[in-house]
Amino acid sequence: MSVTIAMSVNGRPVEATVDARTLLVEFLRNDLALTGTHVGCDTGQCGACTVLLDGKAVKSCTILAAQAAGAKVTTIEGLARDGTLHPMQAAFRDCHGLQCGFCTPGMVMSALDLVARHPAPDERTVREGLDGNLCRCTGYHNIVKAVQQGAAAMRQGG
Amino acid sequence: MGANETNVIGRAVRRKEDARFLTGTGQFTDDVNPPRHTHAYFLRSPHAHARIVAIDASRAKAAPGVVAVFTGADLEGVNGLPCGWLITGTDGKPMNEPPHPVLAKGKVRHVGDPVALVVAESPHQAKDAAELVDVDYEILPAVVSCVEALKPGAPQVHDEAPGNRCYTWSLGDKAAVDAAFAKAAHVSKLDIVNNRLIPNAIEPRAAVASYNAAEDAYTLYVANQNPHVERLLMTAFVLGLPEHKVRVIAPDVGGGFGSKIYLYAEETAMVWAARRVGRPIKWAAERSESFVSDAHGRDHVTHAELAMDAEGRFLAMRVHTTANMGAYLSTFASCIPTILYATLLAGQYTTPAIHCEVTAAFTNTVPVDAYRGAGRPEATFVVERLVHQAGVDMKLSQDEIRRRNFIRTFPYQTPVALTYDTGGYDACLDEAMRLADVAGFAARKAEAAKRGRLRGLGYASYIEACGLAPSNIAGALGARAGLFEAGEVRVHPTGSVTVFTGSHSHGQGHETTFAQVVASRLGIPVENVDVVHGDTGRVPFGMGTYGSRSLAVGGTAIVKALDKIVAKGRKIAAHLLEAAETDIEFADGKFTVAGTDRSKTFGEVALTAYVPHNYPLDKLEPGLNETAFYDPTNFTFPAGTHICEVEIDPETGVVEVVSFAACDDFGNIINPMIVEGQVHGGLAQGIGQALLESCVYDAESGQLLSGSFMDYALPRADDVPSFKVGTKVTPCTHNPLGAKGCGEAGAIGAPAAMMNAVHDALAAVGVKSLDMPASPHRVWKAIRAARA
Repeated sequence: MSVTIAMSVNGRPVEATVDARTLLVEFLRNDLALTGTHVGCDTGQCGACTVLLDGKAVKSCTILAAQAAGAKVTTIEGLARDGTLHPMQAAFRDCHGLQCGFCTPGMVMSALDLVARHPAPDERTVREGLDGNLCRCTGYHNIVKAVQQGAAAMRQGG
Repeated sequence: MGANETNVIGRAVRRKEDARFLTGTGQFTDDVNPPRHTHAYFLRSPHAHARIVAIDASRAKAAPGVVAVFTGADLEGVNGLPCGWLITGTDGKPMNEPPHPVLAKGKVRHVGDPVALVVAESPHQAKDAAELVDVDYEILPAVVSCVEALKPGAPQVHDEAPGNRCYTWSLGDKAAVDAAFAKAAHVSKLDIVNNRLIPNAIEPRAAVASYNAAEDAYTLYVANQNPHVERLLMTAFVLGLPEHKVRVIAPDVGGGFGSKIYLYAEETAMVWAARRVGRPIKWAAERSESFVSDAHGRDHVTHAELAMDAEGRFLAMRVHTTANMGAYLSTFASCIPTILYATLLAGQYTTPAIHCEVTAAFTNTVPVDAYRGAGRPEATFVVERLVHQAGVDMKLSQDEIRRRNFIRTFPYQTPVALTYDTGGYDACLDEAMRLADVAGFAARKAEAAKRGRLRGLGYASYIEACGLAPSNIAGALGARAGLFEAGEVRVHPTGSVTVFTGSHSHGQGHETTFAQVVASRLGIPVENVDVVHGDTGRVPFGMGTYGSRSLAVGGTAIVKALDKIVAKGRKIAAHLLEAAETDIEFADGKFTVAGTDRSKTFGEVALTAYVPHNYPLDKLEPGLNETAFYDPTNFTFPAGTHICEVEIDPETGVVEVVSFAACDDFGNIINPMIVEGQVHGGLAQGIGQALLESCVYDAESGQLLSGSFMDYALPRADDVPSFKVGTKVTPCTHNPLGAKGCGEAGAIGAPAAMMNAVHDALAAVGVKSLDMPASPHRVWKAIRAARA
C-alpha cells in the first residue's frame, strides 16, 4: 500500500508517494538522499537516526514517514548556514566530540533538543540527557564538553 | 590552533575530517548507492547446532522482487574462509583448522551462521523472501562454554577437531617456574573469567559489491579496517579471482575496534554473487545480525598463580588459560590468546620465570577474534588482578607491591619472548596517583562509610605490545601475512601534497595526525596536505589498522617516504643553487646552502621537479613522488598506570565510578587532543567490560540471550565519569617518530583497575572474588553471600 506524504525537510517542502511501511529514516536516506542521518540499530536504542520533528528530537527509525506528514523535520544537513557550522557543530569540532562520526549527527540533534530544554546544562544534565544516544568511540567525555560549550555559544547568540 | 601553521608536532590541531561528519556529508558504506543496485539479505541459522537435511529455495525464488537466492551448494569452487595465523601446539602439531564455509554446508554451528543469500529489488523484499526459504534442520546438542566443550562427551562442533580442541600451546620455562614455586615464601592464586564481549561499533557492517563486465573487474565497498588484506584473503584464498581485478574500498567507517579487520562471509558471498546477478548488490547489517555475526572478543577462563619471596618480590608466575574460539577460526583468532596474550604476562615486572599454557576450544558460538586490545587486556587482567591480590596477601600498599617489582633497566628481556626497548613505569604510577588524589582517599573512604557506602581504589599498571612486528619473526611464529606498512607521498607541482597510507582511519583521525607529520617535515601548512586511505585502487599497498600500529608503523612508512622526497629535493636544490648536494640543508620548508642565505623553497623545488627545464635530467628523473615500505624491528611498548575509585551502595549493589585517572606513556605525541580522545574511548570500553557488558548464551540451547542493545549494556553517557588523563614520555627507540601507539591502552588498563577497585571496596564486607561484569545483581548477591 502506498501513501502520499508532504512535509518540510530542512526548510524545503517535499512531497512523495511511498510504501506505507516506510520509516522516516528510510524516507530521509533513500528518497531524499539525506544520508547524514544514520541507522545504528533495530530496536530504537542507539539514537544515530535522531532528527528534530517540529523542534523535538525523535528517533527517525521509530516512526513512519507517514506520521511525519505536515511536520517540520530538521536533519544534520539542515544546521549549517552558508557554509558556517551551527554553534553546536562547531563545539563538537572544537572539543573533539567525535571520532568515527557515525553517531555524531544523532548526537548533535539530541544535544540541540537538550539545550532547548536546558540552556545552561551542568554535566549531570548533559549525561542524563544524552542517555538515548550511544557512542562507542569517545567515552562521552568530549561530547559532554562539546554540548556545554555549544550551549554557551548558543546563549551568546553565536 | 590554525591549520596553516607548519610546526605542528605536539599541537592539538582540530581534525580535518570533522567538517564532513558534522554536516552529514561523510560517506559510509550504507550511503553508497550505485545505479540499478539490488539488496541482499542473509538467512541465518536459528539454531546453535544442527544438521541441514535439506534446503528448498523455490518459494523464495518465486517471491516478489527476488533476483536470486544462493545457498552453500551453489558456491561450487569457492573455498572456506582462511585463518591468518598458524599456531603449532606443544605436541608439535599444527592447530586443527576445520573448514569455514562461506554459506553453511551440511551443518550450522552457531546461531547466526549464514545459510542463504537472498538478492532482491528492495531490502524488504529480500527479507520477506528469506522467510520463504525452507530449511529442514535436525537439531543437535550444543555447547557454548569453552570449559564444557573440552570435557569428554561434549557435543562435537567439527569432525576435524576431536574433543573440540583447536590447540594446546605453551610459552615459558616450566621447570624454572616449578623450581621457583617450590622455594616461594608465599603464593597468591586467582581464578579469573574474562567475559565475552560484543564489539558493537555503532556503524553496523555493510558492503556493496559490483561487477563490471567490460573490465571483468569487481568493486567492493566494505566497512573494513584493512582493505588490502581483505582483498588478498578474498581473492587468493577463497574466490580464486585475480587480485588486480578486485578493488576494495573502505570509505568512512564508523568504528571498528577489531571487529572490521576480518574477512567475513557476507561480503565474500556478495562479490561472488555480483557477477552472477549482473547488478550491484548492497547489504547493511541490522544490529540484531551484528550481534550474531560480528566476531566477538575475550572469553577466557584462567587459573593463575604468583610466587613471591618474603618481601613480596615476584619469583615466578604460572598461568593456565582456556580460550573460546567460537564455531570457526576467524581471521586472526588463533594468535590472540597465544602470541598476543602469553607474551604480555611479564607486565611491568621483573618476574624471572613465567609459564603459560593455553588450550583453545571450538564451541557453538559466534567466532571470537581480536577486540580492542586483543590478548593484552586479557593478560593485563590476569597480571594486575594477581598483583592486587599479592598486595593484599603480603599486606603491602598497591603502589609498593608494584614498585618493588618494576623493571627499571632497558632494554629488558622478559621470560616470555619480548624485549622491552624503553619505559618509565615509576613516573606513570606517580602521576596517576597524583591525578587520582590517592593521598586524600582515606578521608573520602571514611566520609563514604558515614553514608553507608563502600569506597575502593584499584590500580592497573599495564603494558602492551603494539605495532606487531617484525614480519620475519612473526612468520616464524605462524603469521601468514606480512606486518609492514606502506606509504606514498605525492608532491604536486604547486607544492601541495597527497599522502596515500596503507593504514586505515575509522575514528582515529589519521587525516589530521599524518598531515601534521608531513606538514612539519616539509615545512608546509597542514591544510596543504591531504591523506588518502582505504582504497586498494589508490593506495599502493597496506596492512591496515589494528593493534595501535597506525602511527608507529604506518606513520613511519610515511616518514621513510618523506626522507626520499627530501633527499631528491636536496639534489634538485643543489642543481638550482649550483652547490654540492652535501652542502644543502633542509629546514622550515627551505633548502639552503649551508652557511649562506642562498635557498630555494620547497614549493620552488616541487615546481622544478615537474617543470624540469633547468634540471639534471641526465642524472635524475623528473617528478617528486616516493613510496616506502616499513617493516618494524620490534614491537613498541606503551605502558602506564590507571587508578579507579568506586563507591558501592551495599543495599542495591550499584557500583559508581567516582573517579578514573590514567597516566600513559605512548612515546612522542603528535596530536594530544586526538590521543586523549583515544584514551577516553578505550577507558569507557574497559569500564563497560568491568561493569556492564556481558555476552550471555543459554547453556542448553546455545541461543544468544544478550542479542540487542536492550539486553547487552553498552556504556551510556551517564554510566561513565569524566576522566583525568596525563602522559609521560619515553620515546620509542626504534622508529623515527618515537611513537608507540595509543588506541587500545584505555581498554587494556581499565578492566583490571575497575575490578581491583571493586574488590578493594568489597573487602570491607568480606567479598573475596567477583567476576566481570560487576553488575548490581552480582555485587548485591556477593555481599549477601559474604554476610551470610
